[in-house]
Amino acid sequence: MTHLVRRILAPEFGAHGVHSRGRAAIGSGTVRLDNWWRAPAATTAGLLVFLLYGGFRAFQQQYFFADERYLTPFYSPCVSLGCASEPGSAHFGMFLPDNPLIPYAALSLPFLLGFRLTCYYYRKAYYRSIWLAPAACAVPEPHATYTGETRLPLILQNVHRYFFYVALLVSLVNTYDAIVAFKHPTDGFVVGVGNIVLLVNVALLWCYTVSCHSCRHVTGGRLKHFSKHPVRYWLWTKVSALNTRHMLFAWVTLGTLVLTDLYIALVAAGTVTDLRLVG
Amino acid sequence: MTDTERHEADVLVIGAGGAGLRAAIEARERGLRVAIVCKSLFGKAHTVMAEGGCAAAMGNVAEKDSWQVHFRDTMRGGKFLNSWRMAELHAQEAPDRVWELETWGALFDRTADGRIHQRNFGGHTYPRLAHVGDRTGLELIRTLQQRIVALQQADHAETGDHESRLRVFAECTVTELLTDGGAVAGAFGYWRESGRFVVFTAPAVVLATGGIGKSFQVTSNSWEYTGDGQALALRAGADLVDMEFVQFHPTGMVWPPSVKGILVTEGVRGDGGVLRNSRGERFMFGYVPDVFKGQYAQTEDEADRWYDDQDANRRTPDLLPRDEVARAINTEVKEGRGSKHGGVLLDIASRLPAEEIKRRLPSMYHQFKELADVDITAEPMEVGPTCHYVMGGIDVDPDTGATAVPGLFAAGECAGGMHGSNRLGGNSLSDLLVFGRRAGIGAADHVGGLAARGGRRPAVHDEDVDAAAELALAPFARAAGGVDEDGAAGENPYALHADLQRTMNDLVGIIRTEAEMTAALDRLAGLRARLRDVVVEGHRQYNPGWHLALDLRNMLMVGEAVASSALRRTESRGGHTRDDYPTLDARWRHRVLVTHTRTDGPADPVVPRVAVDVAERDPMRPDLFALFELEELEKYYTPAELTAHPEGGTP
Amino acid sequence: MTGPSDSRVVRVWRGDADDGELVDFQVEAHEGEVVLDVLHRIQATQAPDLAIRWNCKAGKCGSCSAEINGRPRLLCMTRMSVFTQYDEIVITPLRTFPVIRDLVTDVSFNYTKAREIPAFVPPPGLGPGEYRMAQADVERSQEFRKCIECFLCQDVCHVVRDHEENKSAFAGPRHLMRVAELEMHPLDTADRVPAVQDQHGLGLCNITKCCTEVCPEGIKITDNALIPMKERVADRRYDPLVWLGRTISRRRD
Repeated sequence: MTHLVRRILAPEFGAHGVHSRGRAAIGSGTVRLDNWWRAPAATTAGLLVFLLYGGFRAFQQQYFFADERYLTPFYSPCVSLGCASEPGSAHFGMFLPDNPLIPYAALSLPFLLGFRLTCYYYRKAYYRSIWLAPAACAVPEPHATYTGETRLPLILQNVHRYFFYVALLVSLVNTYDAIVAFKHPTDGFVVGVGNIVLLVNVALLWCYTVSCHSCRHVTGGRLKHFSKHPVRYWLWTKVSALNTRHMLFAWVTLGTLVLTDLYIALVAAGTVTDLRLVG
Repeated sequence: MTDTERHEADVLVIGAGGAGLRAAIEARERGLRVAIVCKSLFGKAHTVMAEGGCAAAMGNVAEKDSWQVHFRDTMRGGKFLNSWRMAELHAQEAPDRVWELETWGALFDRTADGRIHQRNFGGHTYPRLAHVGDRTGLELIRTLQQRIVALQQADHAETGDHESRLRVFAECTVTELLTDGGAVAGAFGYWRESGRFVVFTAPAVVLATGGIGKSFQVTSNSWEYTGDGQALALRAGADLVDMEFVQFHPTGMVWPPSVKGILVTEGVRGDGGVLRNSRGERFMFGYVPDVFKGQYAQTEDEADRWYDDQDANRRTPDLLPRDEVARAINTEVKEGRGSKHGGVLLDIASRLPAEEIKRRLPSMYHQFKELADVDITAEPMEVGPTCHYVMGGIDVDPDTGATAVPGLFAAGECAGGMHGSNRLGGNSLSDLLVFGRRAGIGAADHVGGLAARGGRRPAVHDEDVDAAAELALAPFARAAGGVDEDGAAGENPYALHADLQRTMNDLVGIIRTEAEMTAALDRLAGLRARLRDVVVEGHRQYNPGWHLALDLRNMLMVGEAVASSALRRTESRGGHTRDDYPTLDARWRHRVLVTHTRTDGPADPVVPRVAVDVAERDPMRPDLFALFELEELEKYYTPAELTAHPEGGTP
Repeated sequence: MTGPSDSRVVRVWRGDADDGELVDFQVEAHEGEVVLDVLHRIQATQAPDLAIRWNCKAGKCGSCSAEINGRPRLLCMTRMSVFTQYDEIVITPLRTFPVIRDLVTDVSFNYTKAREIPAFVPPPGLGPGEYRMAQADVERSQEFRKCIECFLCQDVCHVVRDHEENKSAFAGPRHLMRVAELEMHPLDTADRVPAVQDQHGLGLCNITKCCTEVCPEGIKITDNALIPMKERVADRRYDPLVWLGRTISRRRD
């Protein structure tokens, strides 16, 4: 099995790459014997699961608002006319047409997807796992030519910072959602398990968003003289510390997004009951 | 050998460490065409191994520092045997050389007000070492390397050729200097990669080949340190001085065996690390010699206070000059108070917070973690003496680096005199810069002088090239001939090298006796005979066995120079300790041992024989002499010599 | 390794630019040894002409770069104890550069590229000894100056490893990092941003981080040098807000 996977992922090409003339004639494209294909395989699986789940949920247009106060992040902000099906779920007005092909959060989802697609970590993840360029270090990639991020469409990766700015706004919206969820329309101030779930989720979303490389650049990274900008330098050191864990936050937030949404969907569907801790 | 590859230059620099590169930069900036030849890749020279820093009295941390104080420290460290003129030039010019590096892009660690930070080091009165963490040598070599590239870019802009004035011949070994009527004419060597020969023609040659450590078994030096410059100079007719003075750095790694000898920077002690024996005692307090009494703390409390307040307290004896510390460790181990693997303990873990250790000593942390699986922030290091530096070297004119051979110059570790009997830590990087530059000027002036006088450039003679080629190929010739006349199989160069290293380590090491050195000379004579039978397998392309066989010629020659000089000096001083003559002898202070190639007796073209003569060092210039207190000088000088001091001394 | 001394089979690639093969050597390995020690033992006892490039044997000079079990590593910094008794040990030369002999490759590509990066440009009129820089301002570049030029990052980078044709357009991680070092140098006055994209090929980098993974000095090449340079390029080329801001402030001046 290992052998088969390796053959598929690392096919041999003629006088190319490591087989170019003059380079050591070692035969196999890689002599790595460790299970290097595991990481890209796991990444592919992880990304696929998220995309399938997220895609399904984004278009489901059901079970997105629970206990008259929990709004799932996949539907935030809920700006479709369809949000009227769940009174109280639209915090910022309803103006998009209610159409099965337009997600209720069509205002934020494309930007969030773009933010993650152009994220420096996710780029590494899918270049390695899906595009196999390279699948693992010192393992030959299967492409005959390579132009990196110099041409369309990949040159568009450079717009990452705009997605970041929008993601900041969406994080504010998510924070607002998490806060207003403490107020039940009839019971007043309440705390349920769902509140904790929303809070943890939004806190981690903030960690992912501000640990972004573009954020690191705009807060202070672009400066030549830190010593002349003590506040921005301080900010930069904090963002830098978070930035070293950007990959961790990238994966953790995929998990918490799915779990948060799943929890709210299950509560909304009545499958589970939200436990009230206060009120 | 008319088909041998040939290159012509105004100045040929052999060695691409700090001194060689600095010399090359200087000669190029003076408009000459320069060729740099080095055994390794460009930028890999042994200078990268220097850790602690570069000593220069810039006064950034201690305002009271000045070149006079640095000069005094250097002379004191060398036990007043130094070439005082070199020590003077070095102390005066080091700050300019360091500042110049900044203009080429070097990034030293900074003080709070943005100047170059300076750290404490053994033997230096004030914090004086410009540094970058503990990788100062790397910063220095990279800065010089990038300066060379900058000059090549300028040449490219002007001439369209990067190498029109400055060319680096990397992985190329010089085996012989070529002379014409006693003056230097060029050099003969081979490309390591292909084994093909190459001849360089140049009216000026700067030797900057570094040290001789690979003649010793336990050493911090890399394979390149085979005494090439010293041996090339000897064979060309120049002299060596002070070859008995070999510095054993007190703190080399001792475990595991494969890393034995690798350096542990003195910066560990400068930053608060202390030496302890197996009983946990800070034994250095018991080893402060009389000449340093009064300058070092006598209690642990005072020593610890010194790190915070250096004006009100005396420094810890852990920071005595290297020779003193190496001997002390040697004694502790000999008397049974050593650590598990035959060293002593160097403890920084209990003295600084873990984060601080990692910040100040990143490469030491890395080195112990990776190579010995020791976390220096949690446990002490095991350390012991390791062959580190040779104070002796080619006899040069202090101002120009010129040797006795017209056109031949030397700088850096392969030149002698500057450090006397013992070098202070941090003085070698500054030495490279100060005297590298001066040798570059010396070589440029020499070439300019030749042209001004309308003189003919010395020419390379074909018969010399043929002889050098024949000598270089001899190990293959014997292999082709199979078993030699007396029926013995050929000698393996690796085995010969191991025997040479053992001989030098055991018999000409830290502590020496007449009997051992006589035995060493006997064994070296045996090795000389065996070297004639050395055989290498394979072909000439990148063949390390062959390379070693050729390097062994040089190692044997300097080995004999060290042993013969050490046998002659019947006193103990700095890097030369005689068990049979354990004290300083003022009558030896002004005497310099000069090694030269023997002209009498049977000739051995493979390893020419050497002889050692005694010469007198010029008395120190009065204004410099007056910089010292009479009381201090009395410990080193004879009463008759002291009459030259302004405070007199009775005639 | 289990005991203090062990006999191991080490497979070493031997050959030259024309051809070569993996050769098995049965060799002793002692406790605490690194791969280079074992190769030296092979040299001293079995194959005196085995070509290896090495110098300091302390991880400071970056000469002994090779590939061990397919991964770029320093021979002197790879301890034998990382392999179990059952692990195969295969040592091959760097595979991005032309081989010269055995484990020695022709790394001149890297020196050619080094020459293409314009040198440090000091501020005019600032004399030696007058340089003032805060520690906070030099620290970023100091990290990059830890580079020992082992060229493992250049070797592992798929941009040139897998695509010989990219060699002319791509400086490689080491030299892109050198541009970053100068760009972040507090006193360098040159503008390096346009060239890093146009001449040195930063756009070819797809930040897959193998350079960072193999760096024996632990330099965060991708996060601290390459991505910040990509962001600086974005500032100039792909950021209308920055462009607008700059135009307005220029008007005000």
